[in-house]
Amino acid sequence: MAFFFDLFVNGLMIGSMYALVALGFVLIYKATSVVNFAQGDLVMFGGYIAAALVVLYKLPLAIALPVLLGSMIALGFIVERGVLRPMVGQNVISVVMVTIGLSQVFQGSAAMLWGAQTKSIPLPIPLEPYVIWEIYISPVNLVAALVSGVFLVAFAWFFRKSRMGIAMRATANDQQAAMAVGINVRFIFALSWAIAGLAAALGGVLWGNLIGVDTQLALVGLKVFPAVILGGLDSVPGALVGGLIIGAVESVAAGYVDPYVGGGTKDFLPYVLMILALMVRPYGFFGREIIERV
Amino acid sequence: MINRECGVYQTTYEGDMALYPLPLARYSTLGAVAILLLLPLALDSHAMSLANLMLLASIGAIGLNILVGYTGQVSLGHGAFMMVGSYTAALVTVRLGLPFWVGLPAGGAVAALVGAFFGIPSLRIKGLYLAIATLAGQFIIEWTINHSTWISGGVQSTLYVPTPTFLGWEINSEYRRYFMVLPVAIVAYVAALNLVRSRVGRAFIAVRDRDIAAEIIGVDIFRYKLLAFAVSSFYAGVAGALWTYYLKIANYEHFTLATSVSYLAMIIIGGLGSVLGSVFGAVFITLLPIVLVYVVEGGAALFGFKYAAIADFLANLRLIIFGGLIILFLAIEPEGLFRMWGNVKRYFRLWPYSY
Repeated sequence: MAFFFDLFVNGLMIGSMYALVALGFVLIYKATSVVNFAQGDLVMFGGYIAAALVVLYKLPLAIALPVLLGSMIALGFIVERGVLRPMVGQNVISVVMVTIGLSQVFQGSAAMLWGAQTKSIPLPIPLEPYVIWEIYISPVNLVAALVSGVFLVAFAWFFRKSRMGIAMRATANDQQAAMAVGINVRFIFALSWAIAGLAAALGGVLWGNLIGVDTQLALVGLKVFPAVILGGLDSVPGALVGGLIIGAVESVAAGYVDPYVGGGTKDFLPYVLMILALMVRPYGFFGREIIERV
Repeated sequence: MINRECGVYQTTYEGDMALYPLPLARYSTLGAVAILLLLPLALDSHAMSLANLMLLASIGAIGLNILVGYTGQVSLGHGAFMMVGSYTAALVTVRLGLPFWVGLPAGGAVAALVGAFFGIPSLRIKGLYLAIATLAGQFIIEWTINHSTWISGGVQSTLYVPTPTFLGWEINSEYRRYFMVLPVAIVAYVAALNLVRSRVGRAFIAVRDRDIAAEIIGVDIFRYKLLAFAVSSFYAGVAGALWTYYLKIANYEHFTLATSVSYLAMIIIGGLGSVLGSVFGAVFITLLPIVLVYVVEGGAALFGFKYAAIADFLANLRLIIFGGLIILFLAIEPEGLFRMWGNVKRYFRLWPYSY
């Protein structure tokens, strides 16, 4: 039983990191109806910038972090302005394809700027695991879960209370009505990309610390799809719940099933879960059901 | 092809419905086929291998265009369906000792079944959700093939296939392989052209344009969506099987998500909803890295760099240019190379008296 809880708790922590990446994804979809296949590559880019700042330019963490967050927010703005805005009103496949093209550009330029070999982001976190009731908890995972948690709570607050957050919700709900009451919808689009960049920057540092920074880091973005489908593509709480479920399920399944099938359950089971979810409940736990008319 | 349309009077419905109703179009099509047949006389072995790669890519791209461009079902799992065809062909040849012309349809048929199965979610979901569901299909198929030794037995999921023979004729050079691939490609091309102007093809287009409206006027959308998945995967399977016989090896690394993405790029750059466009796109995407190598190598030599020093740079530059081209095409010419070709044709139709 201790083995199960060990896997489960650590899975939940990994899941909270998925949720962080998923949040940026959901935010963009909610506000701009763009499915961002480049979210993982934004995370990778954030990780690369963090590694470059800390390792190559030897900046202390206290300076590197604001620089990183600032540059990722700027990147989000640039991407929205330069790439996504011309695509407004195009059909689904074009928009999907543009973000796929974007992901290729990110991968190529990250590797070109800072090299393809794996880098580590040293964070001042102890390596010794804590043991609570026979459950091993590594401090890195704990910090990651805490940061994700704080960020998600901050977001919930931002959406409920702040003026800008309410404007974003209004835009997501009905773009024309939002325009009619005087919300600058273009700015909201840009803002949601900037916030997605911010979430990706934090995700990049945390994931980069956990698995190392190279172009493989972008694969995290593909793992986010099961999470957001389970939770519902346009739901912020759904991103959290979906991320936690996927994290827990893949961790437990990997612990129990991997020895029998020779590994790789982690890369397989979330997608099976996703297909099942799509067949039973295509709009996820919290997603808004779309009613179509001719 | 460049056509002159004046002075053509059709007196029968058959004449009007013909694939190439204009005499000049017929001649230029025949000319194109003749050029394709005589190509080996003019090209060396390396150029022949490029031609083969383009033909192989064309078959896959035409298949994907039937699904995405004509039926409007976005698929990110095309690579995986090719993988199914590839391994099926390898197994048929290695385990049962059957020749390649049995392996080709076998690969296509098995891929069609698998494709139709992964098309089932398209009944309930579409657009983005379907793209994500087919992405799951890609990963599930990849994992299953990789992890079942019954299918992918051998080191690193690689199956080696003996040199294919046709009527005692060993297909062992690029020239001979060209004549293995070319007939399949031509059949695939003509079959697709005929499919999309038949009843089935019109149903596909109706589903693409407005599926609910199509259902109301009596198109069984579930059947046609599954059929589109099956046909598209059949093409993918045949293309994958040809890859196996072409390379004499079946390996999953040739058919990853990156493959699916590059096939999507082919049909978008070539032109969605156009058979000829798929071929344009396949040629473009196949040639892109090769031309890039020449250009960058030439530029590097000018400044005195060695090739080894720029190999990494080149790989990354390829990614950036590939992604950048997709973005550019979608922003500037969403209808792709086929539309550009059409513009050129339209210009010359009244040449030299164009407005």
